Amino acid sequence: MEPAEIIQHSGGVIGVSWLMVALPLLGAAILLLFGRRTDRWGHLLGVAMSLGAFAVAVAAFVQLLGLPEAQRRQGVRLYEFIPGLADMGLLIDPLSISFALLITGVGSLIHIYSIGYMSHDPGRRRFFAYLNLFVAAMLLLVLADNYVVLFVGWEGVGLASYLLIGFWQFKPTAAAAAKKAFIVNRVGDFGLLIAIFTIWTTFGSVAFNELTGGAVDGAISSGDASQGTITAVGLLLLLGACGKSAQLPLQSWLLDAMEGPTPVSALIHAATMVTAGVYLVVRSGAFFEAAPTAQLVVTIVGVATLLAGAIIGCAKDDIKKGLAGSTMSQIGYMMLGAGLGPVGYAFAIAHLIAHGFFKANMFLGAGSVMHAMNDEVDMRKYGGLFSVMKVTAATFMIGYLAIIGFPLLSGYFTKDGIIETAMEHNQILGWLAVVGAGITGFYMSRMVFMTFFGKRRWADDAHPHESPSVMTVPLILLSIGSVFLGAFLILDNRLMRFLAPAVGLPEHLPGFHPFSVPGLTTLALVAVGVVYAWFRYGAAEVPRLAPRGSFLTTFARRDLYGDALNEALFMRPGQWLARFAVFFDNRGIDGLVNGLAAGIGGTSGRLRRIQTGYVRSYALSILFGAAVVVGALLYVGNM
Amino acid sequence: MTTHYLVLSALLFAIGAIGVLVRRNAIVVFMCVELMLNACNLAFVTFARQQGNLDGQIIAFFVMVVAAAEVVIGLAIIVMIFRTRRSASVDDANLLKY
Amino acid sequence: MPWLSTLIAVPVLGAVGVSLVKSDKLAKQLALAVSLVVLVLTGALAYLFEPASKERFQFAEVYEWIPRFGVHYGVGVDGIALVLIALSAVLVPIVILASWHDADGTGAAAPPKRSVKTYFALLLVLEAMMIGVFAATDVFLFYVFFEAMLIPMYFMIGSYGGAQRSYAAVKFLLYSLFGGLLMLVAVIALYVIADKGTFMFPELIGVIQDPTTQKWLFAGFFIAFAVKAPLWPFHTWLPDAAAQAPAGAAVLLVGVLDKVGTYGMLRFCLELFPDASKFFTPLVIVLAVVGIVYGAIVAIGQTDMKRLIAYTSISHFGFIALGVFAMTKDAGAGATLYMVNHGFSTGALFLVAGFLIYRRGSSQIADYGGVQKVAPLLAGTFLIAGLSGLSLPGLSTFVSEFMVLIGTFERYPVAAIIATSGVVLAAVYILWMYQRTMTGPSKEPAHVMPDLNWREIWVMGPLIAVIIAMGFFPKPVLDVINPAVDKTISSVHIEPFTPAVAEKKGAGQ
Repeated sequence: MEPAEIIQHSGGVIGVSWLMVALPLLGAAILLLFGRRTDRWGHLLGVAMSLGAFAVAVAAFVQLLGLPEAQRRQGVRLYEFIPGLADMGLLIDPLSISFALLITGVGSLIHIYSIGYMSHDPGRRRFFAYLNLFVAAMLLLVLADNYVVLFVGWEGVGLASYLLIGFWQFKPTAAAAAKKAFIVNRVGDFGLLIAIFTIWTTFGSVAFNELTGGAVDGAISSGDASQGTITAVGLLLLLGACGKSAQLPLQSWLLDAMEGPTPVSALIHAATMVTAGVYLVVRSGAFFEAAPTAQLVVTIVGVATLLAGAIIGCAKDDIKKGLAGSTMSQIGYMMLGAGLGPVGYAFAIAHLIAHGFFKANMFLGAGSVMHAMNDEVDMRKYGGLFSVMKVTAATFMIGYLAIIGFPLLSGYFTKDGIIETAMEHNQILGWLAVVGAGITGFYMSRMVFMTFFGKRRWADDAHPHESPSVMTVPLILLSIGSVFLGAFLILDNRLMRFLAPAVGLPEHLPGFHPFSVPGLTTLALVAVGVVYAWFRYGAAEVPRLAPRGSFLTTFARRDLYGDALNEALFMRPGQWLARFAVFFDNRGIDGLVNGLAAGIGGTSGRLRRIQTGYVRSYALSILFGAAVVVGALLYVGNM
Repeated sequence: MTTHYLVLSALLFAIGAIGVLVRRNAIVVFMCVELMLNACNLAFVTFARQQGNLDGQIIAFFVMVVAAAEVVIGLAIIVMIFRTRRSASVDDANLLKY
Repeated sequence: MPWLSTLIAVPVLGAVGVSLVKSDKLAKQLALAVSLVVLVLTGALAYLFEPASKERFQFAEVYEWIPRFGVHYGVGVDGIALVLIALSAVLVPIVILASWHDADGTGAAAPPKRSVKTYFALLLVLEAMMIGVFAATDVFLFYVFFEAMLIPMYFMIGSYGGAQRSYAAVKFLLYSLFGGLLMLVAVIALYVIADKGTFMFPELIGVIQDPTTQKWLFAGFFIAFAVKAPLWPFHTWLPDAAAQAPAGAAVLLVGVLDKVGTYGMLRFCLELFPDASKFFTPLVIVLAVVGIVYGAIVAIGQTDMKRLIAYTSISHFGFIALGVFAMTKDAGAGATLYMVNHGFSTGALFLVAGFLIYRRGSSQIADYGGVQKVAPLLAGTFLIAGLSGLSLPGLSTFVSEFMVLIGTFERYPVAAIIATSGVVLAAVYILWMYQRTMTGPSKEPAHVMPDLNWREIWVMGPLIAVIIAMGFFPKPVLDVINPAVDKTISSVHIEPFTPAVAEKKGAGQ
């Protein structure tokens, strides 16, 4: 079934849905413009604005649910943005409202958590300003009704991410990580921009409304757009998605991004921003469905990243980097799902929402642990924390069980859906995804065992304690989501049917098969991973200093040599090129200009030597000249 | 018949020119210039005779007047230079160069 | 009311007044007041301007100047000229406020004290020239303003600049004169060959038909504009001039003066010599694209802040030239908007860099570090100015860069793709500079690097407000620009772009 038509403007809350963007933007503006005067209540304003956006999102969601299915795509045109090119317009449909709910819901919880987490930081007000800015930009990204406005939000979240990764700018590593994230993202944006250009020159529009599956198929069949063009659009959009979602080959920034404060890692680099790539692929489904090659590449990228992320996650001792590897890997699953057409979209989005909850949950849990351990991130210096911080540990464990796909928890339903759908399309990809799930079981268990169980390997001055309730309450709320959301979204194909007006409905609705071969194999592999992790990190002693490890361990610790590769391929040659270009400019082009000037100056300097000051030589030259003139006259006269 | 006068004029001019080029004493150079001017005068007069009109003769008068004026100013300059620099050599007065 | 003549006369009279008053302080205040009067007048002009008008030039005034050769004092504006005049009128008061102490000899790296009155008088004279050059509708008058602009700028660089000021000033003057003289030859040849007995621009459109003649005349005009803009490879005077000029003068140099080059390409090259323009388009596009990438790469390798900003401008001028010669509606309008936005964005960057240099006395990037910690406001404005330099969406430069690229892609996809890589490089040079100067442990104690004072906030505030406002709502400016660009592009007689899927769009409207 095709997605529904977009109906322009409606009344009610949807008519003022721009408030979702405007409220947090206003919050950010107030906090940044009024500076220190807002220090005392700035964080409260930030939370209020985020909650306000959440309220609007919920109200819009309720209004949308009240509409008949055919009308569940409501456009809100605000004003003409670039005349003739793009309007500033919002699109409220099941897909965008799902994201809006996730962003504002999880976002608000993380705002609240940050009150406690950042309470001792002198820059807390600025932090909340940036968080609000992020929420506004992210909502603009998902609510945009065309690619240009989407791109504004797309780069807006990139800016917020840059500001928040580099929040502690006085740390050179943080500043470098922020810059790296922005630049790598820009490489992706390069792809997205050219995709937009191609779409515009082919279809004469960038509005989602006019880029439906029917329009794309029509253009191909009428010969207005070649299959190659559509495939190119798909691949370019994928490049953009890879940048934002840290998929291979643009994955390298995400691990460095963990330099940012932990709530940032939870909100931006786990729950929301990094999933924007998945959103983009799903939103551009019309192009991917018309370009099987592009779709295949999406799935391959997804599978490659899910394996790479999982392998990286296995070797990290830094708890946040371990979680970051896991995020990469889980987004790989989503990407895989997003490359599988309408059935996959629903599972991808379901996994995305569930992941938003359990990964935010675990990141915030990790933050709580760091908060208790004087900002120590090395898991080798944790151990046995379960007994001192029970709420954090329990909620973290729930997130852990959800991510490894423990039966009946969120991840079990959503990940299994992606794997089953992948199996139907391509056995190899499917089985690789199963292997990835097994590795997930290992590295997540490793993390839990090293942190909460085993011997206490704390630093001498560590006095861990449970975090205040402003931090634990969000953890509890998130863990409730981690338990139930998967079942709620997947069973009865609830999300799939809800999303149908936005992304279309597959011809055959998939059933839920808990005892299929891939499902059981996945469970078995996960169990093997958990047990192996128990023997390595639960039962056995964990050394406080990391052992050297095998080749494979080093490979994983070095992020699969992604950074080394970037450095060798781009950074060094780039620096060399820049130095050469400067040299060429100074010596070559400017040298030519200055050389010309110097040449003229030098020539005249030499010529003036003729003026010796001796009257005799002047007289001689006069005589000589006269002789030449006379000779010439005679010659001409005789002709 | 006038050829001889012209040859004489050319000879005088050449002597004057060589004098200007090779002599260093300003007075001698000056006199050589006079010689060249008078060689020209001779040529003018000769041509006037040859053509049978007075143009050349009139120009000769002009030249004489100009030469007289030139002598006045020129000698004055030479005297001044001699007074300040104790030399009448043209090569010593080479400050106006480059 | 002769609006444009008033606009040109007010700053000139102001300059005379400024040079006559007794105290330096009064001179500065008078200069600021005069520039604000010009700003208000320009605002009124913009208000009275009718974008939809059928007239080619509004507020037109034509008087005979040298009747023997048909030279007129002819002024008038269309949308393109109007926005550039507005740019000058907005920038000058900001620059005057920013340069308040530049001639006092009080800064950490200040050159020896010079006449304060002269500096501000020169600024006002320059403003008059800038307004005149954009308003001129007589080709000869345009040429006169084009060359006369050099004089105040020459003295501002040569007398008030950094250590290498005289080298930079002479290089700037000679380079520009070289181009200008080529243009003079072409202007005279145009007059003679057209044989219309007039230099008035509207009467010279479409007169030159012979292709060879068009090419030669085009070359004469284009080289002058390419030097002025500056287009690769005629650019090397700019980094020297911009790095040595005092920050305020650098803003006007790069922000407005150089726009005369790209403005001239759009107004004169395209309209007077349409066939030659089409003939030379591939060459110009190659130069522009090379300039974009080359300028960005060289900027990455710079160690001096002001030189770095100058090279980013070379990259941006590549975008503008690309937009002009892509000859599509979107690209042309984008290029015009880019001229305006670049003025504000680079202006902001130069001014913040100027504030930094005033405090620390060095323009070397390596001498800074961790400024964010001691002067967060300064760092914040620097970041916003930088982000507008890398065309972040939501800031004005994005709209124009996007329009240029999408408009170019309509006709020259390969050029557009290569140019788009400039987007990535821009992120590298801006953010790397920000990282090296603003982040990390601070190198300066707070008293060496005080945060922005109120005067500086009033300098940066309006600039940033304009940049953000035009980033989200560019429509008012584009509505002024679009009709004028449409007229210009249509005079080239080139097939307008239509998307492949055209019929659906036509049905939808």
